[in-house]
Amino acid sequence: MPRPKKRTEIFALGNEAVVEGALLAGCTFFGGYPITPSSEIMEIMAARLPHMENGVFMQMEDEIASMGAVIGASLTGRKAMTATSGPGFSLMQENLGYAVMAETPMVLVNVMRGGPSTGLPTSPAQGDVQQARWGTHGDHPIIVLSASNVQECLDMTITAFNMAEKYRTPVILLLDEVTSHTREKIELPNEGEYEVFSRTVPSMPPEWYKPYEETVRGVPPMPPIGSGYRFHVTGLTHDRNGFPTQRPEEVVELMERIHRKIDQFFYDIQLVEEIMTDDCDVCVIAYGSVARSAELAVRQARSNGVKAGLLKLMTLFPYPRRQTEKILARAKTLVVPEMNMGQMSREVKRVNMGHAAVRTINRVDGQIVTPSEILKVIMQG
Amino acid sequence: MSNITGNEIIHQYLRHNKKFPHVLCAGCGHGIVLGTLIRSIHALGIPKDDVVVVAGIGCSGRLAVYVDFNTVHTTHGRALSFATGIKMSNPKLHVIALMGDGDALSIGGNHLIHAARRNIGVTAMILNNNIYGMTGGQSSPATPEGATTMTNPYGQLDHSFDTVELAKGAGANYVARGTVFHVNRLEKIMMEALERPGFSLVEAITPCHTQFGRKNKYKSPVDMYKWLKSTAIPVERFNELPADKRVDRMPIGVFVDRGKPGYEELYYARQERFLAQAAKGGK
Ligand SMILES: Cc1ncc(C[n+]2csc(CCOP(=O)(O)OP(=O)(O)O)c2C)c(N)n1
Ligand code: SF4
Repeated sequence: MPRPKKRTEIFALGNEAVVEGALLAGCTFFGGYPITPSSEIMEIMAARLPHMENGVFMQMEDEIASMGAVIGASLTGRKAMTATSGPGFSLMQENLGYAVMAETPMVLVNVMRGGPSTGLPTSPAQGDVQQARWGTHGDHPIIVLSASNVQECLDMTITAFNMAEKYRTPVILLLDEVTSHTREKIELPNEGEYEVFSRTVPSMPPEWYKPYEETVRGVPPMPPIGSGYRFHVTGLTHDRNGFPTQRPEEVVELMERIHRKIDQFFYDIQLVEEIMTDDCDVCVIAYGSVARSAELAVRQARSNGVKAGLLKLMTLFPYPRRQTEKILARAKTLVVPEMNMGQMSREVKRVNMGHAAVRTINRVDGQIVTPSEILKVIMQG
Repeated sequence: MSNITGNEIIHQYLRHNKKFPHVLCAGCGHGIVLGTLIRSIHALGIPKDDVVVVAGIGCSGRLAVYVDFNTVHTTHGRALSFATGIKMSNPKLHVIALMGDGDALSIGGNHLIHAARRNIGVTAMILNNNIYGMTGGQSSPATPEGATTMTNPYGQLDHSFDTVELAKGAGANYVARGTVFHVNRLEKIMMEALERPGFSLVEAITPCHTQFGRKNKYKSPVDMYKWLKSTAIPVERFNELPADKRVDRMPIGVFVDRGKPGYEELYYARQERFLAQAAKGGK
């Protein structure tokens, strides 16, 4: 048997790992506008993409233009991404809605910083969780992922591209400054060791193609612009042919389909990691760098004789409801530590519906949530 | 000049399933601009599949629905950013951005300046009707001083933008202005703009009687076309006029024709050099 090739190990910043992940996933277009703490993603892309076959890097005039360029690139069949932080994320919301409506795959990385407004430029925060869910106008589904260490930055970026392509939708990767600016050893996977998914292109002749047709998965195939399938793309509510419509039955069909194509694949989309949750009395639910502090706290609690567990959320939205409900069958207490005033604990409380006590730990001072803070709350039971 | 007839245009270039009657008012100049664009593309022999029309939001933005090209109806003011992504991703495509004056000069002003500065190989077409048509006749940056609008019931105080000067200053490669009254000239300009490398901009003056004319002493759409006829003057002749005679005249024609290569061309040429160096460098 051939020995599997040894994986390459590199010492990388979280933001660097995002770039590695994107390139492994097949990203060939980056359009962005600089802002800390996300800037390294853009800088490394600026150095790398021009050296790659067909790699395009564009520094745009602002975040609105960045999103426009990324969507334009995606329409031509490319895998495209942008990266930003807080205020830039707010500006991207308009065209993010467009990407949802026009079902354009793309990846948006938001390295959160303190806010509102220009807030705390390079301090850790997790204040954009609900903005990621509801920032753009209208009722819409959205996939939001996160990562708690540098290896996950790489892995989740690949996952983000795969989900974007699979479900024809923008995917947001929410990171926090601690993860983005941590430098640690990671492994680059060898080719073939990870899945790379690309959007389905139509197999029917152009005359038969309907760009927003109902399909089994709810995801219509998507040809590159200029490949002979001429169709209309719009942010207006449209019919199956892509043309604007206000007919109630067509409006409802579209809205239901774009929700269903995400909702019904919860087993594929909702990713979590469970640590000692099988028998836990107290379960910490955390994400991003806070999940690292939480893991340490849980292990310390165990050595103190408390049955603690951790549900680490890798997918923030659609909220991993199933996995939380399973834990609710036994845990008496849920602890939700976050670097915000309680944005994810809202989701937890919604699913909990009074089954367990929900204790929140909230920090908004630009400091990380420490293991001892979490341990203290766990020990209170 | 292209000699395709009305019927041929309908059958070859318009989308007839469900898209008609169109949304434009009687007398609106926007349809004439679209006709010009179609005839120019036809005359140049550009295949339909190679054309991408990227439109903004407004009455002008709705034009994209009617033509059988690859069409992208974007967000208000953002057409040029989408167009930039498309052109950079696939430089073989002819990317045309259709925008209104509010669309391109107000909310999209920043994108316009930077698309021109970057010299991205996109043909931008600004349909200037001096007003926000679709939203009901509010002032735009192109509304002339003194004109009455829904948001300037006492007369426009703001100075109005000169699109041509703006584009020139920002570095556009090709800048021209025409009117829908002078259709043949507009078509000639449009063909030139489509052929030029880099960023080319055509400002088409097109009347909106519904939202602008009625409130500004033009009793009928015909009056508006008469106004275009009497106001527009070729730029060469305009330049010869003494200053006091220039006040109420509008120069039309070609203002800039620099012939610089487009941004995408420079980008991909550099990339090719990098790739060639890497190939030589071993492995
Ligand atoms: C972000 C945003 N702001 C405002 C609007 C509302 N809006 C729709 S069309 C329009 C103005 C259109 O005027 P113009 O660009 O001059 O084009 P016209 O309709 O005159 O052809 C506005 C303000 C919008 N759609 N999006
Ligand atoms: S409102 Fe004005 S610009 Fe819009 S269709 Fe009517 S005439 Fe044309």
